[in-house]
Amino acid sequence: MTERIKVENLYKIFGKNPKSVLKKLKQGMTKDEILQKTGHAVGVNNVSFNVHEGEIFVIMGLSGSGKSTLIRCLNLLHKPTAGNIFVDGDNIVTYDKQQLRKFRQEKIAMVFQHFGLFSHRTVLENVEYGLEIKNVPREERRKIAKQTLATVGLESWGDNMPHQLSGGMQQRVGLARALANDPDILLMDEPFSALDPLIRREMQLELLDIQSKLKKIIIFITHDVNEAFKIGDRVAVMKDGKIVQVGTPEEILTNPTNEYIKDFIKDIDRSKILQAKHVMIKPLALASLKNGPKVAMKEMEENGISSLFVVDKDRKLQGIITIDDTVKAIKENKPLKDIMKQDYSTTSPETYVQDLIPKASEAKYPIAVVDDTNKLLGVVVRVSVLSGLI
Amino acid sequence: MSEFPEYLSFKFGIYVADIVNWLIDNFESFFDAVRDLILWFLLKVDFALHWIPWWIIIVGVFLLGWRIKKLPSGITYALMLFIVGLFGLWDQMISTLSLVLTSVVISLIIGIPIGILMAYSNRLESFMKPLLDGMQTMPSFVYLIPAVIFFSLGTVPAIFATTIYSVPPVIRLTNLAIRNVDKEMLEAAHSFGSSPWQILTKVEIPQAMPTIMTGVNQTTMMAMAMVVIASMVGAKGLGSEVLIAINRIDIARGFEAGLSIVFVAIIIDRITQGIADRFRIPE
Repeated sequence: MTERIKVENLYKIFGKNPKSVLKKLKQGMTKDEILQKTGHAVGVNNVSFNVHEGEIFVIMGLSGSGKSTLIRCLNLLHKPTAGNIFVDGDNIVTYDKQQLRKFRQEKIAMVFQHFGLFSHRTVLENVEYGLEIKNVPREERRKIAKQTLATVGLESWGDNMPHQLSGGMQQRVGLARALANDPDILLMDEPFSALDPLIRREMQLELLDIQSKLKKIIIFITHDVNEAFKIGDRVAVMKDGKIVQVGTPEEILTNPTNEYIKDFIKDIDRSKILQAKHVMIKPLALASLKNGPKVAMKEMEENGISSLFVVDKDRKLQGIITIDDTVKAIKENKPLKDIMKQDYSTTSPETYVQDLIPKASEAKYPIAVVDDTNKLLGVVVRVSVLSGLI
Repeated sequence: MSEFPEYLSFKFGIYVADIVNWLIDNFESFFDAVRDLILWFLLKVDFALHWIPWWIIIVGVFLLGWRIKKLPSGITYALMLFIVGLFGLWDQMISTLSLVLTSVVISLIIGIPIGILMAYSNRLESFMKPLLDGMQTMPSFVYLIPAVIFFSLGTVPAIFATTIYSVPPVIRLTNLAIRNVDKEMLEAAHSFGSSPWQILTKVEIPQAMPTIMTGVNQTTMMAMAMVVIASMVGAKGLGSEVLIAINRIDIARGFEAGLSIVFVAIIIDRITQGIADRFRIPE
């Protein structure tokens, strides 16, 4: 994957003399000590990360963790105290005013927590704003703005004033305004946190939908763990101005690197993040069609289990046998084929654990995880679904 | 009784007088030019207002009142103007209007840019604030004296004094309005790569407009209040009627002129307020 944005050792300190404070910070003074002794606030403290083409990169943290400051450094609404930000190889920190304006006009756009819509302009005029700044001719920008408004489902609202729209609709306008410029990078500063939960979920899905078509680089700020893990291809967890862990949602969830992150993800509903492939186990034992019931019996005995999946020579799933039937089969000398049952459930590896709950509560046997060719990949034992997976 | 010691004295006024004299000696041509410019503008306004037939003005005020407020308001304002005409003070009223209008235009030309600069610079703001307080609380007669020296008697010093007295509200409110523009909205404007001029004209001024219009309303009312005082240096109009009435102890004449001033003030206030309300942006 191509790396598009690279942030190196970024610092942002607020106050009268940030450069002098930077030295103290590098010497190891903490954020709190600096605030007390010098009255300077440390927003971003030595942050490095990179973002790839087409990625949704989520920065997650509690309020005051510096995430809003960090995202504002990326379009230089806040000028970093030290460090570099490379966008497609260009260090934007060194840009002069002219270069910066061009960068903002062409490459990057931002969506705000409280929408930041211009209340004196109509919805359409809001969406047009970025194009107007670039001196795109009136007719053309009208056309683009209308198209963009349609992609967020508000084509008939163009002549309304922003205050006439609901919160969710206003944020769609905010999104359309950012997209109208066709930027490579979209910065989203807690865009959905001012919305009520139902609308928020709808907007999250819509964002993923739009992203699957447009393939922008999205940097998304949130304080909501569920939102971060739902939307993010990768997630960075921030605390006290530092990034404490970066990884895919699964990586962070399965391997939190410290207490802070464990605490953070404690309240997350894991069943929405984890898929069957994450919780399945290698089947302890399998019966093969070519084996007789005696071999199958032995497998069950050795592993202390009462049922066994039967596969053919390509590991394609054929059925399941129980210990009772196997005992009978040995007595009556029947092949495995005759006692195989089909009343088990299967699932694909990408199914969310959440969606397995109904199957798991009804099933008599473990759930078989199979790929599209019906090859057995693993089994999900009921207890791991129903016990909340912890 | 305790007395302040006489040997402790500081005659500050002398220096002010010296400065004024020095200005007159060295910048006479400048003041003449300003005087000519103001006079030229005033005469144009005065000519235009006198040229419009009286009934058209009454109908115009009626329509404005009706459109901006309600039908009864329109009727009331038209009636008030008609009464001024019945008092025989129409001509004086028009003179007063042109004086007020000229002062307001000058106040806005000076006041709005200063207000914007103040909003951008904390240093300028802390310098201007006491100055504005001074302009509003200093008895207006005090700057009538140098105004007369600079511009001699007549309407021009009256406009000068009126402008000084009436410009503070529009400066203050412009400053306040620009400073209060929503921070996130400004961030949004910046995030699209707007130039400072685009920020000012496309975001800050439109957002500040309702408050600036309130400033325009207040400035107009202050200018209206100045007309009586301005008449003391020879500005013709309703104010000079009051002044004459005072000198002759003519109760009837004084009351009619006073009432006319009140009527005109009410009409101007309601109409400019109505216009200001039009600019209000619903949140």
